[in-house]
Amino acid sequence: MSTQNIMTHGVDLASLGRTGQAQQPSASDICLQVNGLDLYYGDKQALNNISFDIPRACVTAFIGPSGCGKSTLLRCFNRMNDLVDNVRIEGDILLDDQDINSRAVNVVELRRRIGMVFQKPNPFPKSIFENVAYGLRIQGVKNRAVIEEAVEKALRQAALWDEVKDRLHDSALGLSGGQQQRLVIARAVAIEPEVLLLDEPASALDPISTLKIEELIFELKDRYTIVIVTHNMQQAARVSDYTAFMYMGELVEFDVTQKLFTNPKKKQTEDYITGRYG
Amino acid sequence: MTDNLFGQHISQQFNAELDQLRHRVLTMGGLVEQQMIDAVKALVDGESALAESVIENDHKVNAIEVSIDEQCTQILARRQPTASDLRLIVAVIKTITDLERMGDQAEKVARIGLRLIEMERPQNDYIEIQRLGEHVQLMLREVLDAFARMDAEAALNVARKDEKIDHEYEGIMRQQVTFMMEDPRLIKRSLDIMWSIRALERIGDHSKNICEYIIYLVKGKDVRHTTLDQMKEAALGKR
Repeated sequence: MSTQNIMTHGVDLASLGRTGQAQQPSASDICLQVNGLDLYYGDKQALNNISFDIPRACVTAFIGPSGCGKSTLLRCFNRMNDLVDNVRIEGDILLDDQDINSRAVNVVELRRRIGMVFQKPNPFPKSIFENVAYGLRIQGVKNRAVIEEAVEKALRQAALWDEVKDRLHDSALGLSGGQQQRLVIARAVAIEPEVLLLDEPASALDPISTLKIEELIFELKDRYTIVIVTHNMQQAARVSDYTAFMYMGELVEFDVTQKLFTNPKKKQTEDYITGRYG
Repeated sequence: MTDNLFGQHISQQFNAELDQLRHRVLTMGGLVEQQMIDAVKALVDGESALAESVIENDHKVNAIEVSIDEQCTQILARRQPTASDLRLIVAVIKTITDLERMGDQAEKVARIGLRLIEMERPQNDYIEIQRLGEHVQLMLREVLDAFARMDAEAALNVARKDEKIDHEYEGIMRQQVTFMMEDPRLIKRSLDIMWSIRALERIGDHSKNICEYIIYLVKGKDVRHTTLDQMKEAALGKR
């Protein structure tokens, strides 16, 4: 950072209170609202009375030990749990004030608005170009110029364009793991969703690819509401604006990330993030 | 709260590192306290050898500060501490800066003591310096105790004492000004007395700073530059 940048990006004195403490960001614009959500796998209750709001154009991270229900909760947002037998969901999830579990909602349309990326990169056994174009084609877009433009835009957004622009028609399976994961993110953003769900997007990647994915999340959050599940607490601390700590199917604490990682309210959160859990 | 802050990590090694860090801060505090006691005694009793040893020992305080700082850097880099662990590291880094400055003030008192030995002793045998020294030393001991026990309420009670120290300091200053007006030949000695009580009063200020770091560490609330009432609210309130 140059000296000039330090001057221009320095502390905004007006934003500090008399004692020098910065004001906490407030979430005015809510994208997803969860009200009293319960989820049962058969007789077993996996989520217990979860209520909180996910702000728009922010990154919200879910952390918690294995089996605490964070992936289950994430999968509720685009109704992936519909695919599991014996699942019963009570309570509501509102996307822009509309209940996503209502019968009126078209699941395909919902999943177009709420995209998802999984732990392991899962490119289709097709070319790089066709992977990204796939979502547009099944939506019925035929115009070649439109598709080409959208593919380039998505690959640029996913910070992959420069690495693949000369081999767009090679198989996507020839890419490295980190590149494949960014390709999958490009595929997700090509259809311009409103929300991106990331289920441990970097846990199978090396540290450099992980940092690229995190950088990408930072770039994307202006345009998309991002919800990320991660086992890596430092990753949650680095990339997210808000963090939810879950334990045994319950939401223990939801707060601004900087608050939750420096001064959590609940002892359970404190024990988990400091490594005293267990 | 205390059992939370001292709770056991899954990583025993990390536990040991944090325990050692707390222990070393207290060791440094004990060293500074001893330096201060010796400096005041050397001045009041006119013991030049003791004053020399205080000046000589100041480098130990400096060295332990550098070493604790290094340890904090290592823990930050290797453990990425969060929540109370993170606040402990931040509080320690700040606390040792204040302790080191207290060490410098003690050294200053010792140097002034060496000068005063050359001059005629006042009739009251520097009783005012001795009293102020005792009060400040008690404050320092109590703040170290509050740190050891991670006790925000105790820290608050110590912080309240700073005001009394300030009043006492002002009283001595007025008295010295009177002496100087009565007999200008005493100005040189009176100025040295004033410098030494100033140094002691500063040690009280640094102790109060450490009280603020303890409240931050235990309660997660930054109470610097606030009033005593706001401090009380933070120290006694729920987290």
